[in-house]
Amino acid sequence: MNDMSNSGRGKLPSAEDMALIKKFLNDTTLFLGPDPEIMQNHDLMPRSADEEAAIANASDAHTIAKIRDRIQSGCDEGYEMVEQMGAAPGAKWGDVITGVYSASGDLAIASAGGVLIFSALVHHPIKFIIKNWMNDPTVGVREGDGFIHNDSRYGNVHNTDQSMILPIFHKGRLVCWVASTVHEGENGAIEPGGMPSMAESPSDEGLKMSPFKVVENYQIKRDILTFLQNSVREPKLQYEDMKVKLFACLRIKQRIEETLNTDGPDALVSTLRLTMENVRAEVKRRISEWPDMTVRTYIIQDSTLRENCVVKINCKLTKTGDRLIFDFRGSAPEFTNRATNTIVAGLKGMLAQVFLCYVWPDLPRGQAAFAPIEVITDPHSIVNCSYDAPNSQSLMSIFTGFTAGQHAVAKFLYSCPEKFTKVHAPTFNMINTFIWGGVSQHGETLGNLCADLNGMGAGATVDRDGEHALAPIFATMADIGEQELNEEEVPFLQLVSKKMTRDAVAPGKYRGGQGYTMMVATKDSEQWGFMTTAQGAKIPPLQGLFGGYACGTYPLSKVQGVDVYDVLMNTPEKFKHSIEEIMNEQPFEGASYTTHHMGMGFEISKRGELFMISQGAGAGYGDLLERDPKGVIKDIEEGLMSPAVAARLYKVVFDPETLAIDEAATEAARAAERKARIARSKPYSEFVKAWSKPTPPAHLPYFGAWGDDVSVLYMGSPQKTREAATPRPNYMTHPKDVRIAELEARLAALGAMGGEKQ
Amino acid sequence: MKIAMTEYLRINTENEKWECRVCDHEIASARGNYKEGLLVYDRDPTEIHPPIIDPEKYRFTFSPDPEWVRILEFCCPHCGTQVETEYAVPGHPPLYDMEVDLDALKAQWAARGEAAIPYAGPAVVREDGHGH
Ligand SMILES: [Zn+2]
Repeated sequence: MNDMSNSGRGKLPSAEDMALIKKFLNDTTLFLGPDPEIMQNHDLMPRSADEEAAIANASDAHTIAKIRDRIQSGCDEGYEMVEQMGAAPGAKWGDVITGVYSASGDLAIASAGGVLIFSALVHHPIKFIIKNWMNDPTVGVREGDGFIHNDSRYGNVHNTDQSMILPIFHKGRLVCWVASTVHEGENGAIEPGGMPSMAESPSDEGLKMSPFKVVENYQIKRDILTFLQNSVREPKLQYEDMKVKLFACLRIKQRIEETLNTDGPDALVSTLRLTMENVRAEVKRRISEWPDMTVRTYIIQDSTLRENCVVKINCKLTKTGDRLIFDFRGSAPEFTNRATNTIVAGLKGMLAQVFLCYVWPDLPRGQAAFAPIEVITDPHSIVNCSYDAPNSQSLMSIFTGFTAGQHAVAKFLYSCPEKFTKVHAPTFNMINTFIWGGVSQHGETLGNLCADLNGMGAGATVDRDGEHALAPIFATMADIGEQELNEEEVPFLQLVSKKMTRDAVAPGKYRGGQGYTMMVATKDSEQWGFMTTAQGAKIPPLQGLFGGYACGTYPLSKVQGVDVYDVLMNTPEKFKHSIEEIMNEQPFEGASYTTHHMGMGFEISKRGELFMISQGAGAGYGDLLERDPKGVIKDIEEGLMSPAVAARLYKVVFDPETLAIDEAATEAARAAERKARIARSKPYSEFVKAWSKPTPPAHLPYFGAWGDDVSVLYMGSPQKTREAATPRPNYMTHPKDVRIAELEARLAALGAMGGEKQ
Repeated sequence: MKIAMTEYLRINTENEKWECRVCDHEIASARGNYKEGLLVYDRDPTEIHPPIIDPEKYRFTFSPDPEWVRILEFCCPHCGTQVETEYAVPGHPPLYDMEVDLDALKAQWAARGEAAIPYAGPAVVREDGHGH
């Protein structure tokens, strides 16, 4: 008899035997991979005995508030240090977080500025250290130690982000941890900049640091540092920023020590614990004020960054009493060889932003705000990918997952009398910016990105238009670096920047904030190139709110076979400042003008070739026929919309010369349009009979569940499926092979293959 | 009691109906999908998001691809107000987007009392600082 035939009635090993088996297994583990027990759990650790004792000793609310403020300002001070001294462009605009974690590894207090997505992620590597290295005689956790980490599978957004983690001791007792995290960029992956969209397996994603010790006695170990420097394209930056993060952690440590000296360790431990417990309890109270309801939405990703396809992010949000459950089942299956998958902790981190940045910005920043909220996903799905799946472009799924959450949450908030922000339509969610790399005019090897990903347009709110190019969804408190300073270090110019892209609108009673045009051209290097990593060139990545529209779509345009620097020198009048004019008028003779989706793999550029993109608009709110005509005219005056588009969409009648509004004619045109709507629309039941189909259309490569049935996931065609709960490989063919096959088929049809042997 | 659930929809707890907040039209049972009482139009997305660069010359134009995505526009059959939009994959059944637990809603609001208009949320006001 083998154990497989044992139906559970056989003799079980004794507790003593079990302990022995467990010890044997632990002692002989050949590989300490990401621990599912750590990685699938985002809730707070249970109160430890140490915390219990500390709270019994010190729980005066005033003392705790005072200590919390001191720790908070310590975190903010550390954040400022990293932002001011960090070498990475990410650091300069605030793609950073610093924080203080409990002895069990939960993030209790995070810096007020920066990228809060980290707030739900860095606790995972700390818990890994606690579980695996603390009692390991070959590693250990001692005063003066520092641990480094970047491998997303152990808890990170993506492998560009590096953390420095320090344990803080008081008279030999571990009282807390401090950590500092920065989007460093370079990590030695197959494309520069650290976020390769060409990665087809984790082996293409460059440096993968599971949490390990890199600092002893507060000194960076030079031998390990040299190895890390050899593993990335920016060796100097690697060292500089490791030092910056270490010193930021040491500053926070200094602030903690001041508190330890004045109030003692129990007050500190108690503050960290109670801050988290109070926030968690407050979140449950706030949720209970929402209506009991289920809201459904979905967001479509229109590419894997390698090819266009239809990738569903499905979201069902249910609130019952004080429970809130995000159910992402029915989202696309994981792609085996595409980089847009995310680990589930990344999705949770971004969902936490919905609340910390957009719903309850008053709450102390930390892990607790999202701790009581539940998340369900299919295994090996695009929002909960496996260890073997590449995830260097996880942002695609993290951001679209965020938008699904943001869209669903708005429908709960409208009727809730208790609000901490205004109800708003989804914010633009794609990083429409240039990632760049190569050898600079100073001979330095560089790889990073333009901070303009900061320029995401805001969604419209219940009583106001969305703001233009406001902030990235993952860091509402981020700064923007100075492009002119950046241009001293990189061999390209942004020839057009911060000019709003006309007619790229998200209409509504209140319109979404718009995005701006970016045109870049390489100037002073023969070894320099760009990539873009965004979706949304065929299908908008947003939904509108309460009758408002989403944004449109945003392509990449290229002009090659021209040196615009020569044009600017010799015939400057030929240069135009909008994508619209350059692409429609084609002012440079002999140049090629092409458009592409926004997943451009790293491409070496020649001097003076133009790469042109636009930031996106946030979504609109409400029926556009209710928009104040004065607002429409203002948008025309500000160059956001052309008069023809404005008149056609908003049914505003105005004098084309003076833009004076004809109020009566506008009223009549709008009344007529409401009647026209009723005339052209069909009753729901009649409409769905003709519209709804049992499977995805055959002409679309569709991934994910169809309709209400989330038990089956489509994998690119109506015929190819998997059971949602049962993972299956999901390979994509190389786009060049697809193109070669198409062309060969055409040649064969023409009889032009020339009898080539197969 | 009338509870404003969205910009244009409310739930009347007495007759248990979704109602239009613009024209008071009774739309559908509040125990079901409000969309069932609305009219729907399959909108070509290029009409809302116009091409910015010439569609005769270019594959990507700033307009969504109408073969890949449509906009379902839901309007009130009485007043024509556009209550909801849904960017949908062609043929994908429209979502039952707000499935309300009506009994829980009634109980929650019985304790609160009716609000005449929903609270818009806190305004961000500029602080001009302390002056003398
Ligand atoms: Zn109506």
